Amino acid sequence: MLAQTLASLVDGILLGFVYGLAAMGLSLIWGVMRVINLSHGAIMALGMFGTYLLFTHLGLNPYLAILLMAPASLLFGFLVYGVAVHRIINAPYLSSLLATFAVNMMVIGIGTAVFTTSLYNVDFSLGTVRAGVLALPGTRLTAALAALLITAALYLFLYRTRPGKAIRAVANNRAAAELMSIPSAQVLALSFGIGTMLAALAGGLITTFFPFTILSGSGYQSKSFVICVLGGLGNPLGALLGGLILGAMEGLIPIVLPVSWVPVVEFTLFVLILLIRPSGLLGART
Amino acid sequence: MKPWRQPGFWLPLLLVLVGGGVALVLRKDTLREMMFTLLMYVALASSLNILMGYTGYVNFGHIVFFGLGGYTGFYLISQHGWHLIPAALAGGLASALLAALLGLAVLRLRGAYFALATIGINEAARAFVNNFGPFGGPTGLFVNFAVYREYGGAPQALWLTYTLLVITTLIVVGLSYWIKNSRFGLGLLAIREDEDAAMVMGVRAPTAKTLAYVVSAFFPGIIGTLFFFKNGNVEPGDAFRLHMSIEVLVMIMLGGNGTILGPILGAAAYERLRGYLLTSPLFKSLHLAFAGLALLLIVLFIPAGFIGWLRRRFPFLRRWLE
Repeated sequence: MLAQTLASLVDGILLGFVYGLAAMGLSLIWGVMRVINLSHGAIMALGMFGTYLLFTHLGLNPYLAILLMAPASLLFGFLVYGVAVHRIINAPYLSSLLATFAVNMMVIGIGTAVFTTSLYNVDFSLGTVRAGVLALPGTRLTAALAALLITAALYLFLYRTRPGKAIRAVANNRAAAELMSIPSAQVLALSFGIGTMLAALAGGLITTFFPFTILSGSGYQSKSFVICVLGGLGNPLGALLGGLILGAMEGLIPIVLPVSWVPVVEFTLFVLILLIRPSGLLGART
Repeated sequence: MKPWRQPGFWLPLLLVLVGGGVALVLRKDTLREMMFTLLMYVALASSLNILMGYTGYVNFGHIVFFGLGGYTGFYLISQHGWHLIPAALAGGLASALLAALLGLAVLRLRGAYFALATIGINEAARAFVNNFGPFGGPTGLFVNFAVYREYGGAPQALWLTYTLLVITTLIVVGLSYWIKNSRFGLGLLAIREDEDAAMVMGVRAPTAKTLAYVVSAFFPGIIGTLFFFKNGNVEPGDAFRLHMSIEVLVMIMLGGNGTILGPILGAAAYERLRGYLLTSPLFKSLHLAFAGLALLLIVLFIPAGFIGWLRRRFPFLRRWLE
């Protein structure tokens, strides 16, 4: 019993790292430009299929494929920002919700036409690592490690480089940042690009251990909302912690309740946290 | 000011009455099916407009009330043998009650936080119904064919359902005009412009918002019962599609947020456009992408919607297009 609990806890936490990575992009975009990016899930799905195509058709190692996808998804993020978000950045938030959802519809629409909604998977394995009672799939360990590295890189970028500091300045107060001659349009585009890139990377990592369809992104997107609220909306580093909490919950709840109750608990918790502490468990700061 | 002298009042009602009445007069089954979907979206969009258009609170969980009210009504019909009319009312009341409870809590949140919470409510409700034994869990509920005997056979039952839907739609549209021109509605519009200022001027914002939420939730409950009764079954996947919530939002935006005629025209236009895209061989697989493109263009270039644009462009039409 104890061994089983431990196993599902570790399993959930490893998954939690990847969840956290996915939510980080959402949280960053919210923190910097107060936009809830409803195209997040669709972009994750794009990341999944990007990895799949590079893996099956070019025979690349999936991790190399994910690495190659990073700059492409950054550019895609710039494109989405320029086309759909820039014009309405100061409009009521309904506009940005609908604009990003429109992007979501277009991506999913084209994706469905190309790939249909059938199940795909990346047939790739790194064996299993045994540690005492635990048997951990290598792909999950690698994904957790990769998520940790990317988070560290994001932290260094935000706190140690000039563009990163500009992003934090704009998140803190856009008007004041502009007065300090920070080009806010470029900074917003950059943040949106990074948010998109994080989503695509998380999508790519997920393909190494779960099968997926073009519609899979929406489930991860809903989880990302929960995580963002757990870790504090607009606090990208808190998102990693939120991801770990959610992952642990997903590991542990099935021991006491049937698996199908997990989302009930998750989303009830989500609404409750929004009500009691809307700034999240860690507080909102970028 | 007598409302029936105002073209802004009777024009939308006439539109619904004529649109819905044609099928009743001609008695064509295919026309009825088409108009059922159309009127359903008109009523859903108009009822959401009471909350979203007037108070400016974006609700992604409108379909929760459709689903939960529909489940309640359908449960009463299929398991307890209720007649359709009281069951539909019970579905509406269940939705309204839920909205009152939720509203007291959730409407304290503002702006995007409220929108996020409604997404959470939608997911939680779907997951809950998926697991809730009396509602049949993931397989849902079915109606026994014998139920139709009470209405004089299945065709009569379907026509009754349709007639009730037309009446419900008329009530929603009439009510949204009445609310918009009442003291209560002016308070809601003030909340949309600036909630703090409205409260300073004496609008009881929490009560007003909750009441608007309850009113906008009552009708989807009725419509849900009618829709699932017509279909003969109900299951969680159909009842709580976040997608449908957003489609209704798109319809309102298309026609004009906060107008009476807007949601009607928006729903009709979107529904017909989707029907066309789905059946045309060229766009069939890309219909979602085209709908997305249309939405993006509206949001970016005519955020006031079709009616809002007309009203701004041609001020003399304002008396006609409320």
